[in-house]
Amino acid sequence: MVKSKMRIEHVSKIFGPKPKTIAPMIKEGKSKDEILAETGHTVGVYDASMEIKEGEVFVIMGLSGSGKSTLIRCFNLLNKPTAGAIYVDDENIVDYDSSQLKKFRQDKIAMVFQHFGLFNHRTILGNVEYGLEIKDVTKEERQKIAQENIELVGLKGYEDKYPDELSGGMQQRVGLARALANDPDILLMDEPFSALDPLIRRDMQLELLDIQNRLQKTIVFITHDVNEAFKIGDRVAVMKDGKVVQVGTPEEILEAPANDYISEFIKDIDRSKIIQAENVMIKPNALVSLKDGLNVAIKEMEDNGISSVFVVDRGRHLKGIVTIDAAIEGIKMKKTLKDVLTTDVITVRKEEYVNDIIAKALESKFPLAVTNEENKLEGFILRVHVLSGLVADEIEGSREYHGYYQGSENKTEEIE
Amino acid sequence: MRSFPDIEFNLGDYVETLVNFLDNALEGLFDLIFFISSRTINGIEDVLNFLPWWLFIIFIILLGWYFRSIWSGLLYGSFIFLIGAFGLWDEMMMTISIVLSAVLICLILGIPLGVWMAFSKGFSTVMRPILDAMQTMPSFVYLIPAIFFFGLGNVSAIFATLIYALPPVIRLTELAIRGVDPEVIESAQSFGSSRWQMLKKVQLPQALPTIMAGVNQTTMMALAMVVIASMVGAQGLGEQVLISINRIDIALGFEAGISIVFLAIIIDRVTNGVADRFQKHRRAK
Repeated sequence: MVKSKMRIEHVSKIFGPKPKTIAPMIKEGKSKDEILAETGHTVGVYDASMEIKEGEVFVIMGLSGSGKSTLIRCFNLLNKPTAGAIYVDDENIVDYDSSQLKKFRQDKIAMVFQHFGLFNHRTILGNVEYGLEIKDVTKEERQKIAQENIELVGLKGYEDKYPDELSGGMQQRVGLARALANDPDILLMDEPFSALDPLIRRDMQLELLDIQNRLQKTIVFITHDVNEAFKIGDRVAVMKDGKVVQVGTPEEILEAPANDYISEFIKDIDRSKIIQAENVMIKPNALVSLKDGLNVAIKEMEDNGISSVFVVDRGRHLKGIVTIDAAIEGIKMKKTLKDVLTTDVITVRKEEYVNDIIAKALESKFPLAVTNEENKLEGFILRVHVLSGLVADEIEGSREYHGYYQGSENKTEEIE
Repeated sequence: MRSFPDIEFNLGDYVETLVNFLDNALEGLFDLIFFISSRTINGIEDVLNFLPWWLFIIFIILLGWYFRSIWSGLLYGSFIFLIGAFGLWDEMMMTISIVLSAVLICLILGIPLGVWMAFSKGFSTVMRPILDAMQTMPSFVYLIPAIFFFGLGNVSAIFATLIYALPPVIRLTELAIRGVDPEVIESAQSFGSSRWQMLKKVQLPQALPTIMAGVNQTTMMALAMVVIASMVGAQGLGEQVLISINRIDIALGFEAGISIVFLAIIIDRVTNGVADRFQKHRRAK
């Protein structure tokens, strides 16, 4: 059982002249719009509760104005919640006095900002050592730690540059190094990659996951991008109008969206980046063993109405594929199954993302074979499923599934 | 019915009473201010006069070279040489001493006031009309209480200059501190900076380029007060202008006047150069 790191209980944040007096209205269940109309107060976060586990990447996703940035700022009290409690390691940080808060921010939590928030009057080294400097760490010590973190994010050699001499992606690496230099338990990231262009963003996402693998921090990550959320999040909270609408793993949310809003939200998600090969593969009805011979192969194909069949050995290891034409030709020429076997079948691992096998699907003449860790054949993927099946909500709903490569190879081509 | 009714409100009398009262009540304070100001001026003047003339010119050339270019440096050096050739060397030194002292005191008072205004909305609301008044009140008017408090001489001149030249540095300091990118402030906060660390390590350094623009303006305004301040006994180039007006001496008037222009050009370019230096790594996003 993974330990809980942060517990957010009924947190609300209201903006306006007298926020405290408005807090009871949320308990009464008045909506955000009613409160705005009656009192002129804006509700940034409306009764949010969630639990964040130690070492996980927890993504808070929502469109602009959904209160996600307001909420994350409650976690280090840049915004003080109007109501509710935030427990970090079972201490309610909302009750902290200013010296406890200072200590909490210095030791336990660090933040990365959307527009980097770098100190442009300081060099990269000066930026990264800032957090240590205000804790009165000695100069030698803090420069050593800063140097390590600059190397961790791949900016070795840039220590004496100024932030404005670096590209956006590199500046955000500085932001990340600066946050990591303090060795916090919790890393808050407020849309850290939104200001970067798509290619750089992808690199940074992978790099973040890589760093996370090594350091095992608890990361709270804000984004408005569903693809980003589902790619890097162990669990995702979806926010709308200041409320948390659903919390769950990406698969849970994809499978059972809590309401229409979320369904709408995940509609344009690139499923190919979430769905793995095993989710779209088909378990083979027909398999031919190498020792079975050509007649068995032809019979299997006839019985199942298919035009080619995978050939395996006793341990279910893939040997190749044989087509109906090759098999009939082989019988005429008195050849064995082994002779007419086509071995250039492309195999993919069952945990590969569909997005990554698109290129292979385009190259391949045959269905893709899906194997497990022991290289045993688990199933196969029709190219149509890779290329078009993703669009359908249910793989089983697509007509290709039922009529999978029936008849000739040509017919399958037509459907594609 | 056309003439104004017979209502009298002599605000001026009350102010006069107030000034008299202050003069008596705060005599010690004024003596202290007098002491500090005159020591500052004399100190600066002693240093300047201690330098041989050629060393001073070389210093100006180097200053121009460092902050702008070698050609600017040479131009500024020849300006100073010309002023000397007009026979106004000592007057120039006096003027520089007064201006530098006034600017120094302006910064010591102005930057903390500006910071305070940036942090406290209430204080800012109170200060704003006062700053407006300081800048728009005809500058001759401050000369009168200045004489009252400090008598004729350089200290009165500094007092009058101070009132006129102080607002820009206060205003621009406030503007600069308020203008620091909120995300930068948040990031400093998120590391657990104390208020003082935040001010010293983040806000002031971030605000410095704009504050330097304020310093430049304050310096120029202090220089602009040189002639007016000579009416309360400030020595230097302003005094020469005043004398030439009284004597209708065109030659002296022009020489003293153009000398002030030369000084203004040098001071403006050099302080601008300093501001640019600070600006270098702080391009707006």
